[in-house]
Parts: sequence; C-alpha cells; structure tokens
Amino acid sequence: FPKGRSSSLMIRVIRGARTQGEERGVIQRECAAIRAQFRQADNGTRSHNLAKLLYVHMLGYPAHFGQMECVRLIASPRYNEKRVGYLGAMMLLDEKQDASLLITNSIKNDLSHSSQYVQSLALCTLGCMGSAEMCRDLAPEIDRLLRASNSYIKKKAALCAVHIVRKVPELGELFTPASRSLLSEKNHGVLHGAVVLITELCERNPETLEQFRKAVPELVQIMKGLVMSGYSPEHNVAGISDPFLQVRILRLLRILGRNNETASDAVNDLLAQVATNTDSSKTAGSAVLYETVLTVMDIKSESGLRVLAVNILGRFLLNNDRNIRYISMTSLQKIVQTDHNAVQRHRGTIVDCLKDQDASVKRRALELSLALVSAVNIRSLMKELLLFLSSCPPELRAHTTSGIFNAAERYAPSQRWHIDTILHVLTTAGGDVRDETVPNLIQLITTATELHCYTVHKLYRALIADISVQSLVQVACWCIGEYGDLLLRGECEETEPVQVAEDDVLDALETVLQSHMSSPATRGFALTATMKLSTRITHNVDRIRSIVSIYGSCIDVELQQRAVEYNALFKKYDHMRAAVLERMPVIDKSSPGHTNGESAGGSIKEMEPTKRTQEVFSYLDMKYRLDAPLDHVTRPGKTLGPNYRLFMTFVSHSHPPQSVQLQMKAPSGDVIPAHGLGQVTQTVLLNNPNKVSLKMRVRVCYTSQDFVCQDTVQIDSFPSPAW
Amino acid sequence: MVYREMSALSGSLWTNIKNKRCGELMPIRQMYFLLLLSRQGKLRLQKWFTPVTEREKKVTREMTLMVLARPPHSCNFLLWRDLKIVYKRYASLYFCCGLEDQDNELLTLEVLQRYVELLDKYFGNVCELDIIFNFEKKAYFILDEFLVGGEILETSKTAVGIAMEEAETLQETMEEYMSKPTY
Repeated sequence: FPKGRSSSLMIRVIRGARTQGEERGVIQRECAAIRAQFRQADNGTRSHNLAKLLYVHMLGYPAHFGQMECVRLIASPRYNEKRVGYLGAMMLLDEKQDASLLITNSIKNDLSHSSQYVQSLALCTLGCMGSAEMCRDLAPEIDRLLRASNSYIKKKAALCAVHIVRKVPELGELFTPASRSLLSEKNHGVLHGAVVLITELCERNPETLEQFRKAVPELVQIMKGLVMSGYSPEHNVAGISDPFLQVRILRLLRILGRNNETASDAVNDLLAQVATNTDSSKTAGSAVLYETVLTVMDIKSESGLRVLAVNILGRFLLNNDRNIRYISMTSLQKIVQTDHNAVQRHRGTIVDCLKDQDASVKRRALELSLALVSAVNIRSLMKELLLFLSSCPPELRAHTTSGIFNAAERYAPSQRWHIDTILHVLTTAGGDVRDETVPNLIQLITTATELHCYTVHKLYRALIADISVQSLVQVACWCIGEYGDLLLRGECEETEPVQVAEDDVLDALETVLQSHMSSPATRGFALTATMKLSTRITHNVDRIRSIVSIYGSCIDVELQQRAVEYNALFKKYDHMRAAVLERMPVIDKSSPGHTNGESAGGSIKEMEPTKRTQEVFSYLDMKYRLDAPLDHVTRPGKTLGPNYRLFMTFVSHSHPPQSVQLQMKAPSGDVIPAHGLGQVTQTVLLNNPNKVSLKMRVRVCYTSQDFVCQDTVQIDSFPSPAW
Repeated sequence: MVYREMSALSGSLWTNIKNKRCGELMPIRQMYFLLLLSRQGKLRLQKWFTPVTEREKKVTREMTLMVLARPPHSCNFLLWRDLKIVYKRYASLYFCCGLEDQDNELLTLEVLQRYVELLDKYFGNVCELDIIFNFEKKAYFILDEFLVGGEILETSKTAVGIAMEEAETLQETMEEYMSKPTY
C-alpha cells in the first residue's frame, strides 16, 4: 500500500471480515500502513490516513499513535487537513494527554484566521475539550470574538465561553459584559448561545444573577415575540417557533425568578400566556409546556398559575404518548411534598399507570403512588400496590416491598390489616424483602395479642401450602413455636380453625427442618419452634426429644449447638424448661435485640416504653443459650438440684452491655425454710460507671413441694447515692 | 482539579466524571455524550462532551445493552447509573444521549430529531451506511455545526446546511490546490 487505501475501501475491507480474528488482522495491517505513512514526509495523504485511524478507533481499537499526527495536521495551512486534525483532536486527545497542550498555539492562531470556517474549527474544538489552562490562556480571545465578529462566529464563541466558564468559573466575570449586549441580537443562534451563557454565569455567581435580573423584561419581550410570531419556515417545529430557544429562555427566567418576588411577578403573565397558547399536540409544544410548568413551580408564582401548572401535568398524565406520561410523573414527584393535595387529585390516573406495559412508566408510577399514600386512602391504594406487586418487573420488586411495608407501618388502619398485608407480600414476593422484615413482623405479631390465634392459623396454612419462601417460613415457624397451643385448640374467633393433631404440626416443622430448600437460618427457626412446642403439647413430647437428640449430631454447627443445648434443657435442666420456653413478652420495637430476633442469639428484653435512656435489668429469656448466668448461680458439687435459681442479667438498651457490669455472688443458702422462719440472701454487685438510672427485674425460680415456681419482682429505683 | 482513578464498574463513575469537569459540585445541565449505535450495538458515531478515558467509554457498553433490549413503543427515557438516557431509534440506528438530571427530556428528543433531519437533508435519506462511509466527513461535521460542548449551536434548519456547503467549497478549493502541479 504505497499511499494507503482510501478510507471507503478500508472500511469495506474491515466490514468484509467474517470473524473477530480476521477483523483484528485487517486492522493491524491497516494501522501498520497508517503508521508508516505518518512517519513519511508530507505527501498529501495524511488527512486520509488520520480519518482511517479515527474509524478504527471508533471500532474500539487503540489509536494513541495518531495523537501527534493530530497536532501536526491542526498546524497545517490546508483546510481539509486542519479539519480532520481538529476532529482527531476531539476524538483522541483530552486534557489528560500532554499532546493537548501542544495544540493551544494552533488554536490561538486559528482564532484569528481570515476564514471564519477555520476560526470555527478552533472554537468548536476549544469548546469541546479545552483544558483549564487552555481556557485561561484563550479566554480574552473568546471575549473579543463575542463582541466583534459576525453571527456565525459569535454563536460559536458564546458556547465556547460556556465551556470556559464551566472549566474555570472565575473567568465568568470576563464574559458578563459581552453576554449582556448579545441579548439584543436578532440571530437565533447567537441569541440561544447568549441565553445559555447567561444561564451559566448566573448559576455560578450570585452577583451576576442579581445583575441579570434587570434583563428580565427584555427576555420576556423576546419570548413573547417567539410565541406570538407567525410561521417562520426556518425555525418552525410542529407549529412552535424555535422551541429550543423558548425552552432556554424559560429556564433562564426560572433561575432569575427563583426566590425573588419582583422578577417572579414580571413573568407571571408571560407564563400564563405560554401555558394557554402553546399547542402541545406534538413533542415540541409539550417540551415548551413542560419547561413552563417547571418554571411556574420553581418561582414565586401566583396560586392560580400553580393550579394551572398542576392541571397541565394532570392533562399530560392522560396523554397517549408514554414519554409525556413519564415526564408528567417526574414533575409531580418533585412537587408531591409541597403541593400534596393538588397531586392527590390525580391519584387515580397515576395508579392506572402502574398497569402500563412500559418499565420506565411503571417505575415512575410506583414512586409517585408510594408518595401519595395517606391515612385516608391506605386501604384502596394498598390493594392497587399489592396487585402491582404480583406482576411487577423483577428489578422493582425489592423497592415495592419496602415501600409497601413503610406505608403499612405508617398508616395501618388495624393490626389485623397490617399483619394480613405483610403476609400477602411475603406470599407474593417473600424472596425480595429486606432482612429486617422477619424480626419486624415477629415484633408486630407479639404486639397484636388478640390476634395470636388468627395469625398462627394463617401462617400454619401458608406453611403447609409452600415452604420455599424463607422469610415466610421463618415467621411461620416462629409463630407455631410460640402459639402452637392455640392452633391445637381447634377454635378461633377471627378465622376458620384448623383441625390438626400434634403430629401434624410437628410434621410441618420437621418438613422444614429436612427440606433442602430451607436455609440454615430457617432450619434454626424450625428447630427452636419444635423445642418450644414441648411445653405446649401434651402427647408427643418424646417425638420432640428424639428430633432434638438427632440434630445433636447435625453437620451444621449452629443447629448442632442448639440441639445440644435443648437436649440439656430436656435432661439436666428439665425443671426450668417451662420457664425458659414460656410465651415471649411483647417486644419493644426500639430494642436492638429485636433486630437480631432468634437467629443471632441475642436476648429479648422488656423495656420501659417511654424512657429510652434507662437501662433495664430483665431476666434473660434463654431460648437456646444456656451459659454464664447459670454458672453464677449453680453451686458446683451439689448432687441434689438446688432449690432455687436466681435469674438475673443485665441487658443493655442504648449502651453496650459492657457499660454496666453484673456480678452475682454465691447465695447464703439454698433452702428457704417455710413459714418465714429464715431467709437466704444473695449479693449482686453492679458496676455502673456511666451512672445511668436503672431498673431491675428479678425473677426467682424455685421448687416448693416438688412444684416448680417462679416469682418476679421489679425494683424501680435505686437510691441515687448508691452510684 | 484532582483526577480520581476509579474502577470501570464503579457506581459513582458519573459523579467522578462530573466532578472532573468542574471543580465544584455545581448542578450542570448538560449533555455528556451522544452515541449512534447499530442494532447489533456497533458504534457508528461517538461524541463526548466531557473528558473521558477509553476505559470509562467502555462502561457505556452496559447502557447500550439496556437501550438495545427495549421493546418497541417503549418510553424513550431510561435511568442508567445517575444519568438520564434519552434514545430514539431511526431505521437501523439508535441515537443515545446521556443527560444530567436537570435536563428537559422532551427537548432532547427534539434535538435528536433535528440531527436526523439535518443528516437526511444533507445526505438525502440518510442510512446507516452513509454514516459509516462518511462519518468523518459528514456526520461529525454536521454534528459540530449543530451542537458544541453539549449545547445547541444553531436552531435554524437551514443555517447548518448553508454552513456545511460553504465549508465544503473551501475544502474543494484546497484539494484543487493540492492537485495542482508544483512547478
């Protein structure tokens, strides 16, 4: 290839390659030829070769060896070489390359070239990829061109100035005077550039903004001229005269009118005029109307104008064009907090958009619907959201479920409704809910004391239908463990009771335990639930004993540990089993233990609901962790089981447990004589370095005439000098 | 201005690019790029209005796959990372714009429409092959007469064509000059 192929020929050859490998081969050869050509003296083919290289670059192949060639070509006196050189610079060079600095001088020269087309190349390139240094260097030139040149150059200089201001904001001051005078130009290109430049200047400098507020009447006049003007073939787009310019002027007016009464007043009439006169049957008109609405909502408009704007958005919602429905919802989302009632009026249409086929429209409708949930509409809106959830695209499911949970928590009309809603979500999309859902639901269930029977029935039915959804299965297991006795009673007020035997319930739990679909955490729930049932059923305790003993050699370490502990609860600590496994108290939502729930082995605490800063001592609800506290009280070496146990442990609420320390000394004796003829004392040492105010709940377990008994005592205040 | 190295798959890619453009965290209303893609995802034209490394450019591949997967009659707007993408399909070409969140999407649709019309007028019923074979001469030059730095340069339908023709005559003059013998 003495001079290299023409670019069309090369392109044809590349496109003819049948495989990626073949293409790479062709390109390697071509690049080698191009490189060879670059090294040669000027032979009139340089621009062709650079053009070829740019094509190769666009296909994704490296082309950095062309950078210096760009620099050389830009410096050429020939127009076609300059043109390709500048194009190459915009494609291959950016401010990170050293070579980009080398073109600064060429640009500077070309800015004063006799041909406006050469000037234009320089302006365009500077305006696209000029670095901060280049901008600083050449800004005065640009300012000169803004003032004294023809329209063709002025409009390019204006956009070049925009780029400079974005790169080096301090230079904005330099361009302010010239940009002001550009507003009196008639050429639309120049006017547009001027408006863009002024917008940029005002956004970066509050003083400049103040200055340009005086230009509001002038801008209003220009805008009016555009709106009222007759048909202009040059600028007409679907009946709108220069929608691009109209939108930019509206945007500038928005910035000038923001937080300013005078400026806002001056544009109120104009905005009303544009809003009513713009034909929005095509996109161009809708674009202008859209910008008008955004402006109205952002400045201090009259309330009548705001209502008009929201109504326009409402009309957009009914438009056949999906794009228009989409941007309408985007805007409504922005104003849903400030103009909540106005947006509520369109709730019906918004909810209908949930059923749209388009994923983007659906997403917008979901966001907006969630923002519109209120105590008044919660029931009807939740129906729609649940319907949406059953068919919503996978990428929106997690967001939908958490939105539904938030809404339910804030506005639930009743506990039963709340529980039903969460269960519905878990059944439909239980795989897409956040981790906190399980402990949150458990907490909710404990508070709904009258609904325990109802809840356990619902969950039991759900469990025997399907054990694949982990979140649902975990809650179901927990419920059955806690309230299994209510299930077995065979009666329920709120729903049809089930007729199940103890074996059926244990079957259900065992199925979960054995299923390969169950995650390790879920199996933990199932095992614990099974264990709890040992105090709630009467006939089949042996079955539970054998399940627990089998899992004592389970491979899963977590399960094994639990099983071993439960085994111990059956054997050595059997007299405590009832106390340990009794019904859980209502869980306070604020306690950190509640977020761990069963799975982390944290303790469940009872708290004074109002005073969060108080630390509360409570008994440790040891469902499956039998460790330190017991050791404090057990007196080693006694073969007869001690007659009482003192359970006491500190559980922290707002500080880590380490801040208050508990140490229990050995009791003075282990038998309390009857008839008040003696006493046993046990000393407990409390270290309370933070001097937090404390409450203590003490539970005493003891046997009396072979009955296991317990007593709970609460100590509400300690004498403050004690700390 | 600090240049931050980042992984190509970083979620904050565009935030970093935005920060690179300007030392402050200003709300910049701007077009970041304009890409023309074939139905198979091959790039036919790429215009970047912000400095981007080659690696970063390759990240947009993810976006192009999203656009190409859209069913017909879809909404022309989608969200990618923290950018709005406005796209329009004309025959076998997808025109994609990456925008800042503040921009007016409907107007951007009109911008894409105008660019297609300009190409059409200049080529006479433009097709993908025209763009491929004349990319450097025509497609980019027309674009540079219409958009600069991500902003509209000329709103008149006729002015762009006039400028192109006049620039072409200048080019021919030069080429004539080149082909003249040097004696």
